Amino acid sequence: MLINHPLLGPRDAAEFTYMGDASLIHRPDWQASDAAAQFADYGYLRDNPAGLHRELWFHEGGDRSWLVVTRDTTTHEITQVELARDVARREGRST
Amino acid sequence: MRYSGFRVIKEALTGHRGWGPAWRDPEPQPAYDIVIIGGGGHGLATAYYLASVYGQKRIAVLEKGWIGGGNVGRNTTIIRSNYLLDGNEPFYEFSLKLWEGLEQELNYNAMVSQRGILNLIHTDAQRDAFIRRGNAMILNGADAELLSTEQIKARYPFLNTENARFPIKGGLAQHRGGTVRHDAVAWGYARGADRLGVDIIQNCEVTGFVMEGGTCTGVETSRGTIKAAKVASCVAGSSSRVMEKAGMRLPIESHVLQAFVSEGLKPLLPGVITFGAGHFYCSQSDKGGLVFGGDIDGYNSYAQRGNLPVVEDVCEGGMAIFPNLGRARLLRMWGGIMDMSMDGSPIIDRTHVGGLYFNGGWCYGGFKATPASGYVYAHLLATGQPHPTATAYRFDRFNRGLMIDEKGMGNQPNLH
Ligand SMILES: Cc1cc2nc3c(=O)[nH]c(=O)nc-3n(C[C@H](O)[C@H](O)[C@H](O)COP(=O)(O)OP(=O)(O)OC[C@H]3O[C@@H](n4cnc5c(N)ncnc54)[C@H](O)[C@@H]3O)c2cc1C
Repeated sequence: MLINHPLLGPRDAAEFTYMGDASLIHRPDWQASDAAAQFADYGYLRDNPAGLHRELWFHEGGDRSWLVVTRDTTTHEITQVELARDVARREGRST
Repeated sequence: MRYSGFRVIKEALTGHRGWGPAWRDPEPQPAYDIVIIGGGGHGLATAYYLASVYGQKRIAVLEKGWIGGGNVGRNTTIIRSNYLLDGNEPFYEFSLKLWEGLEQELNYNAMVSQRGILNLIHTDAQRDAFIRRGNAMILNGADAELLSTEQIKARYPFLNTENARFPIKGGLAQHRGGTVRHDAVAWGYARGADRLGVDIIQNCEVTGFVMEGGTCTGVETSRGTIKAAKVASCVAGSSSRVMEKAGMRLPIESHVLQAFVSEGLKPLLPGVITFGAGHFYCSQSDKGGLVFGGDIDGYNSYAQRGNLPVVEDVCEGGMAIFPNLGRARLLRMWGGIMDMSMDGSPIIDRTHVGGLYFNGGWCYGGFKATPASGYVYAHLLATGQPHPTATAYRFDRFNRGLMIDEKGMGNQPNLH
């Protein structure tokens, strides 16, 4: 698989470490009254879809950026690659 | 159809025209007591033990394709019970004991071959860990023996024990481990279950659950609605896809694992060797092919095929300890979808939905578990209680901090 890095261009997926479902960007609020239940879901439950999957890839053997890759789990075709930073900002996780 | 020595001779003399199908091809009934989803090894074994040990009647196994087309027919056929943790070892040892009596019980040749499995050691720390594991195995009634490099050399003279990065410093052997003809396991259990009246219904995909007042009372399938008092999911790599239809999210990711087989060679490798540090393991099939594999690819996949970096990684590992492998040509390679759980151990439990049960999370090691998985799942379905060897395989272990994490990797499925 080739991942089209937004800054570096096409890179071999072997340079990256796979870090799982991109919903992990949304860490629950530890002060919420049901924080324990929310963290159990966050830590252990996954959608695991057959089809489009948004997922985190860490460019460990490269510039060490985190990416959000949209990939079809039934074909491995990658349709979108973004910096995780941009996604997190857009979704209100950081400034 | 009964098999016997007399029958084989009679058929040989009459042109083998008398053999019939090994199991029926029934139409689905409108209702059953127990419906099992998935005709892999585990689903078929569950049906067999439900009928044979637990005296249950009116059982169906629903398979979306043909039985044996999933991981039970794609794995590298290794059986063993060399686990460390209390939640696992009694279960896997129970499984190994069932393997030892399986062919007599089913009157079916599954080619159970206890040729032994050897885990290689390269460092002092690894030796300590393997001694501990061996002791845990012995405490649970399994067999384990620590071998020296010389003992390993005597059995496997071609191994490169002096690789600069991973010199072989010994190994942990389980002589009762080995290999089994995987397809024959599916066929043997299917035949056994069929003879006890179980309906094995192929080309019947479960597309949804029938829910009445929050209780599961049947399944929707590509061949119509089938009602059932109990519905038992047993679909391995498809677990999330099936349970999603009951509104459940699982502590599971699906990943692809690849395997490889070389051209047929003369007898070379008498047992199973695992080189965990180099992500490589190998055995030789009875047809002579070297059957080998390594790590999962590491990303979510339902594609049943992997990518080339893992092919390279596996072959490098092989060449490091097994240099003569380089002379063999690769015949075939394939992939299967693994139900990788959050702690690397399986789940066999009822769900929060009444009437709905779940068996899955087998990762890359569920073939060896086939007999015990079927047995304990049948126990749960018939009695409502977990079998004594499977009490730890509960859904709630994640929330309660009771993970069964053999590798100590935490909640990252691709590292188990
Ligand atoms: C390459 C590879 C090597 C492996 N090596 C080993 C090994 O050496 N030792 C070991 O112990 N384990 C090994 N495993 C793991 C082992 O094969 C699996 O853990 C085990 O086979 C899973 O249980 P099963 O046999 O019931 O699964 P499967 O055979 O996959 O059965 C599940 C069945 O469910 C059916 N299904 C799915 N969805 C539906 C639906 N909606 N409706 C109806 N049916 C459905 C599927 O078609 C399938 O037939 C390996 C796996 C792979 C892929």
